[in-house]
Amino acid sequence: MANIVIDRIRKSFGTFEALKEVSLTINDGEFVSLLGPSGCGKTTLLRIIAGLETSTSGDVLIGGKSVIGLPPKERGLAMVFQNYAVFPHMTVYENVAFGLRMQKADDARVKAQVEKAAGLLHIEQYLDRYPNKLSGGQRQRVAVARALAVEPKVLLMDEPLSNLDALLRLEMRAELKTVLQSAGTTTIYVTHDQTEAMGLSDRIAVMHNGVVEQVGTPVDVYNYPATRFVGGFIGNPPMNFIKVPVTNGQVAAGSEPLTAPEETGNEVILGLRGEAVQLAPLPLGLEMKVRVAEPMGSHLLLTGSIHDQPVRVVLPSSETVRSGDVIGLKLDPNRITWLSPESGKSFPAATA
Amino acid sequence: MTNNRSWIPYLLILPSVAFLALLFIVPLLQTIWLAFSDNGVPSPANAQRMMADINFTRSIKNTFLLTIAVVPVQLAIALVMGTMVAKVGRGRETILWVWTIPLGISDLAAGLVWLSILQNSGYFNSLLLGLGVLERQASWLSYQTPVALFFAIAVAEIWRGTAIVMVIIVAGLNQVPREFKEAAEIFGAGAWTRFWRITLPLIRPALQSALILRTVLAFEVFAVVYALGGRNFPVLVGEAYNWQNQNQNYGVAAAYAVLIMIISLAATLIYLKAIKVDPERLP
Ligand SMILES: Nc1ncnc2c1ncn2[C@@H]1O[C@H](COP(=O)(O)OP(=O)(O)OP(=O)(O)O)[C@@H](O)[C@H]1O
Ligand SMILES: [Mg+2]
Repeated sequence: MANIVIDRIRKSFGTFEALKEVSLTINDGEFVSLLGPSGCGKTTLLRIIAGLETSTSGDVLIGGKSVIGLPPKERGLAMVFQNYAVFPHMTVYENVAFGLRMQKADDARVKAQVEKAAGLLHIEQYLDRYPNKLSGGQRQRVAVARALAVEPKVLLMDEPLSNLDALLRLEMRAELKTVLQSAGTTTIYVTHDQTEAMGLSDRIAVMHNGVVEQVGTPVDVYNYPATRFVGGFIGNPPMNFIKVPVTNGQVAAGSEPLTAPEETGNEVILGLRGEAVQLAPLPLGLEMKVRVAEPMGSHLLLTGSIHDQPVRVVLPSSETVRSGDVIGLKLDPNRITWLSPESGKSFPAATA
Repeated sequence: MTNNRSWIPYLLILPSVAFLALLFIVPLLQTIWLAFSDNGVPSPANAQRMMADINFTRSIKNTFLLTIAVVPVQLAIALVMGTMVAKVGRGRETILWVWTIPLGISDLAAGLVWLSILQNSGYFNSLLLGLGVLERQASWLSYQTPVALFFAIAVAEIWRGTAIVMVIIVAGLNQVPREFKEAAEIFGAGAWTRFWRITLPLIRPALQSALILRTVLAFEVFAVVYALGGRNFPVLVGEAYNWQNQNQNYGVAAAYAVLIMIISLAATLIYLKAIKVDPERLP
């Protein structure tokens, strides 16, 4: 009912193109994260959906109807601003109640909704205070509560938990997810934090330089990045990219050669997740020179090089590898992404 | 360590305090003494003479009426102008510059400008005659047409004094971050609600300054009135001027000056109490 269709949206600020043909569909009740580095256009896209910014071209449909030209208040959505925009001249209570007051809700409903939202975000004890006396994280929670209190069909959130400590963020994340899921709210959630995006989202849209590079479930985006950028941006450590020669459609990797996709030329880029490897005796495995070995407790992080190109891999903490060792690695052929060296785009998963 | 140097701030403001004392407080005390003494002994004679004068009540009434008519209109116009100019992208500076031109014109000159418009052979009558609205020159500024005279003076004052209010309001509006209005818009507030519930409360400090400044100046209105109405429209400062220059009675003139000061101080106090600025509730 309240699905969102973003259709070839462009946005230029003068000569600078902030958004270059962004298309994205968010289904009714779905939770989609916009993930991307600073300045890639996430806030701009949210503002266009909300009606605070006009797009240069393209269309936005909410619930099947184009909302281009409609003022924000007629789009039936709520928003959490990146810089909170909590009204300084109203108490926290009145801030949270603002949307309901605008809807002329009666006092009983306002009270119930405000208390519910405030309870969820643990700001009950600040309801009588003015926002200036609150910390950044508390103010941010007021902004989230204000948006939740109106129980919107569509909720746009611009880094709503960025200012909370790790523990509180984890808790808020879980509560948000529960509330939004049970209410069936269609949500677009902007974040820098990939673990947050992975944990919360039904699907993730990875943006880069004003373009949506990939849209998919967290697992898909993680395992099968569509571009070199996505692979490098998501995951810790990021995906390794190793340029390898192709001979007769095959890539040498120790004793068992890997089959490269058919479209490749003489060279291909092997995208390798750090944890998709196993230790193997040298002649059998692909040779890796380990420069630094860091036992992290839960795993062993190795930094070094394969084919003289820098890589980071992760082994179980039970393995013993020392700095300076030369080791062999067996790659999991199902978890390899092949990418074109020219375009940086991945080839369709051939092995799957 | 900082505690035993607490006299430093006082030392730093000492020059300005000395300056103020010399050029403001001393003359003020002299004026008060002048008003409340007679031949070197304290006496209410001057005040009594001031209140017994036939123009006294009229000048108070006129000054207050003018202030009540002019200040709210100026504030409203300034708010409209400020809101409008905030929406302008290019040419904003030019518009502001043109709007502030009246600020640069002395009040007597402004009075004369309006005199040339409104006198019997002025532009206004010529226009009405040209359009055929009038058959012969009408007079707007005589003692027989007190309403028209009041209206003319009010319009001239509004024209002359709105710019200062607008400058302060524009400065206030510039301080309000855009996102507050955007957030209000998202949560369903229309333009009117946004203005009353968001913008106006957030520019309280500017409103307060503008109102105090403009009201105090309105109680001191003189040159425009003098140019347009002469003695047909007595106001407080005009009476002080007359007692000083025409009647050469400095004591009664001083009594008027003290009265004007008391009224201004009272008005300022009322604004400070009525439009409270709580720093806790500012952005
Ligand atoms: N009003 C504007 N005028 C000119 N350029 C703008 C404007 N708003 C945004 N931009 C530019 O558009 C680009 C995208 O900005 P946007 O705020 O959408 O980034 P973002 O992805 O939200 O970044 P962050 O994660 O840092 O918040 C940036 O390069 C920014 O400089
Ligand atoms: Mg942003």
